[in-house]
Amino acid sequence: MSATPNAPAASPAPKTNRLGLPKADYEGAKSTLCLGCGHDVITKQIINAFYAMGVEPHKVAKFSGIGCSSKTPAYFLNRAWGFNGVHGRMPSAATGALVANSTLHGIGVSGDGDTASIGIGQFVHLVRRNLPLVYIIEDNGVYGLTKGQFSATADLGAKQKGGAINDFIPIDCCSLAIELGGTFVARSFSGDMKQLQTILEAAIAHRGTSVIDVISPCVTFNDHEGSTKSYKYSKEHETPVHEIGFVPFFEETLAEIPAGDTKDVSFPDGSQLRFRGVGRDYDPTDRERALKAIHESHARQEILTGILYVDPSKKDLSALLGTTGEPLTNLPLDALRPSRQALDEIMESLR
Amino acid sequence: MSSVLTETTSRAGASSEVVANDFSLQVATANGSGSQTANSVLMRSIFRMGVPVSGKNLFPSNIQGLPTWFTIRANRDGYIARKRDLDVLVCMNPETANEDVRDVRVGAYVVYEKKLGLENPGKKRDDVTYYAVPFSELVVKITSAPEHAKLRKLIVNMIYVGVLADLMGIEPAEIEKAVAKQLKGKPKAVDLNVSAVKVGLEYAAKNFPVKIPFRVERMNATEGKVIVEGNTASALGCVFGGATVCAWYPITPSSSLCEAFIEFCDHLRVDPATKKKNAAIIQAEDEIASIGMVLGAGWAGARSFTSTSGPGISLMSEYIGLGYYAEIPAVIFDIQRTGPSTGLPTRTMQGDLLLCYFSSHGDSKHPLLFPASPEECFTMAQQAFDLAEQLQTPVFVMSDLDLGMNNWMADPFPYPTEPLHRGKVLDAASIEKVKDTWGRYKDVDGDGIPYRTLPGTPNAYAAYLTRGSGHDENAQYSEKPQDYVNNVNRLVRKFETARTMVPKPEIQERPGARAGLLAYGTSHYGTTEARDKLATTFGVTLDYCRLRSLPLAAEAVNWMRLHERIYVVEQNRDGQLVTILRDELPELATRFVSIRQYNGLPLDATTVVDGVLNDAPASRAGRSDAQKGGLDA
Repeated sequence: MSATPNAPAASPAPKTNRLGLPKADYEGAKSTLCLGCGHDVITKQIINAFYAMGVEPHKVAKFSGIGCSSKTPAYFLNRAWGFNGVHGRMPSAATGALVANSTLHGIGVSGDGDTASIGIGQFVHLVRRNLPLVYIIEDNGVYGLTKGQFSATADLGAKQKGGAINDFIPIDCCSLAIELGGTFVARSFSGDMKQLQTILEAAIAHRGTSVIDVISPCVTFNDHEGSTKSYKYSKEHETPVHEIGFVPFFEETLAEIPAGDTKDVSFPDGSQLRFRGVGRDYDPTDRERALKAIHESHARQEILTGILYVDPSKKDLSALLGTTGEPLTNLPLDALRPSRQALDEIMESLR
Repeated sequence: MSSVLTETTSRAGASSEVVANDFSLQVATANGSGSQTANSVLMRSIFRMGVPVSGKNLFPSNIQGLPTWFTIRANRDGYIARKRDLDVLVCMNPETANEDVRDVRVGAYVVYEKKLGLENPGKKRDDVTYYAVPFSELVVKITSAPEHAKLRKLIVNMIYVGVLADLMGIEPAEIEKAVAKQLKGKPKAVDLNVSAVKVGLEYAAKNFPVKIPFRVERMNATEGKVIVEGNTASALGCVFGGATVCAWYPITPSSSLCEAFIEFCDHLRVDPATKKKNAAIIQAEDEIASIGMVLGAGWAGARSFTSTSGPGISLMSEYIGLGYYAEIPAVIFDIQRTGPSTGLPTRTMQGDLLLCYFSSHGDSKHPLLFPASPEECFTMAQQAFDLAEQLQTPVFVMSDLDLGMNNWMADPFPYPTEPLHRGKVLDAASIEKVKDTWGRYKDVDGDGIPYRTLPGTPNAYAAYLTRGSGHDENAQYSEKPQDYVNNVNRLVRKFETARTMVPKPEIQERPGARAGLLAYGTSHYGTTEARDKLATTFGVTLDYCRLRSLPLAAEAVNWMRLHERIYVVEQNRDGQLVTILRDELPELATRFVSIRQYNGLPLDATTVVDGVLNDAPASRAGRSDAQKGGLDA
């Protein structure tokens, strides 16, 4: 719409995305988490990523389990559907829903307890099945809702708020996911908003499971001296393995990162990722080297961040099952119920 | 306990009075020896001679080596329950032969592998008749070719089929047809098996001039019928009932249901244009994941189901509670086996009633359907999907190992004529009319059933967040006492609505009866046979009510009110249905007499006859002392 010079001063039209939707359409209810919680930053970047990618909100299905992290689907994309399942078992609910209707965009928000402790079994099989789902682990090393017990991602020697030391080997969800054949495995830090948004946008474009482990400090129970998941510790130890540029299929130009000395990865829909090494030679398409780099980072007490491994060429679950691309939820009766003749033939075979 | 039926059914005795089409035959073999084909052929041949028949496979939790028994009951009057007393025994398993012979009734007939020496001094019973057959020698004759040597273990079974054919009068032509059907598409195997049958026939004809008096004689009582396992029937019900998502974890005795569904979908659910499947079937990592997937799919709007047995239900119970509280359709087949714990994994039981009815923590209750035949497995599978979607809640189909895994003679399944009843689902246009006045958990119609929307519905008012935590009628998180109470009280109203929708009982009445038998599922067969026996032999006239669902339909409650004495027959130790009945109908509590069998074997009529006769005569006439005064007044 063009404004005429003589028209009274109108308020500027709100900024919209490629669908013409304002960002408000991607927002959710007010957070009830603690002030300064890392999870709220992730929520904000989820809103930004879905807005930037121009995904229709009603086509999004949000999933979560139990814990502080799992409350967050209420805080973004109000116009999307949500399924808050039982503790550690969100992947199965997401699997059922997304094979039933593979036209939905799935996003799951879990925590380190919900994924690495009670939910490790479902997490492992989710990754094996390559269900198209953005799977975020809001990782703070402790159980927040039950007041600060260690989770299975707590680092060796980390100190609890009450002084207890963790003596158990942590589970690294990223190396585990790569080991299991994960097709998109990333780690980020809620203090690194730009990197996080880029990773989320690429994850939305990926047709497969995107595991994103986000270090997300718990300001109430795990932000003290001696914690290895505090803001301070995470800032000091975060080590990005590369700069990431992402161009979704509907945009032409690339990015902040010019070509040359870069690695490009293309998605089937035409979206593109571009990586430029930051201080090290890291290839996110080389599985063995990615695993080695993560293992070595533990010894150096570095938190490697970035898209640690990506392979957009693998089949997703619906393709593996050979399921129709139509939603199974509204197939007509004649596609569901075989003919009378088919039943007669079966009965005859049983005589 | 002395058995009443034992005395009355030993009529054949050691005499040679011919008994046509009324016997119980058991074959004892070792698991993994390939006897299943032979036993199926035997059963089908009798079936094709028009004689009502049932076959029950009693097998171990083992792949090879442990003892297995297959029992065939043929009965001209159509009684196909397991019979406690065996008339004919085939002994092929050295491990169990002595015990097997010990357990047959007086006057029984024993066909056995000669090598076992069952007639040796000190072993021989003088009240049974023996037929020694050198099976291991006979089989060598027809498997002399080197490539056949390793088939001996399998082929030998077909020889006893031939021996029985001669001794009992089973028509060889029907056996050949049954072999051809069983080994469809393998002509060489058919030839070899048929030659084994002939060897058995010829051996018996030549060596046994005196035949077994229990005879199979052609009649016309199976025309049009089929032979099918309950699990196959349930799977077919899922196909015709429009199920599109199946998530399962292998567990005996339920696995064959989902495997049958996979097989049916492979040819009945393939889109002709794209060759893609109109179904998604996932073998999950455990039962918790199975039910999670089923609920996710049900929430998304697909008809989804899982099949499991007791241990699986125990694992699923947390998610089942979410299904109840968040109101998500799901169908769960429980093919019950003997519990608790691992229990007897390959034996039958009706032991999960309480587990399923109240599954999950907090106050929760679920509709249960009780199929008693393959036809009902087929029809109730379809009803279960309708009910689950109409009621927006998990619905259980309570089958058991006996029904699910055994071969049953059944009427052909009726082609469904009803459309799929998908329940209260609002599409984008309907939501547009009500906009923000729609509440996911609002009871608009007073039946306790709210309206739902499905993910992907293109309307800004349609979305909501499903949660297992406290919520108000707009699906918003709430811990308010009144919101909680309103919500769970509405769920009670919904359960009352379910009472009007679940399958009604089947009632059979006899003039003058004031007491009755009440059974469900596979307890039907032993119970109805016992009812006839009680009437004809003991003059005890009883009505009969076969319960087909919980919650109790009004018709079932009315029937119970009209009967002064009610014998509740079930296959578990604690009388689980009686527990529910006494709780829900406290004013009738003293009328119920619990008759139970819980040894892992399908219910036999003797148990029921004994159970009724053990009750005081005045009581079983429907006149307990406590009620007499009232009745006479």
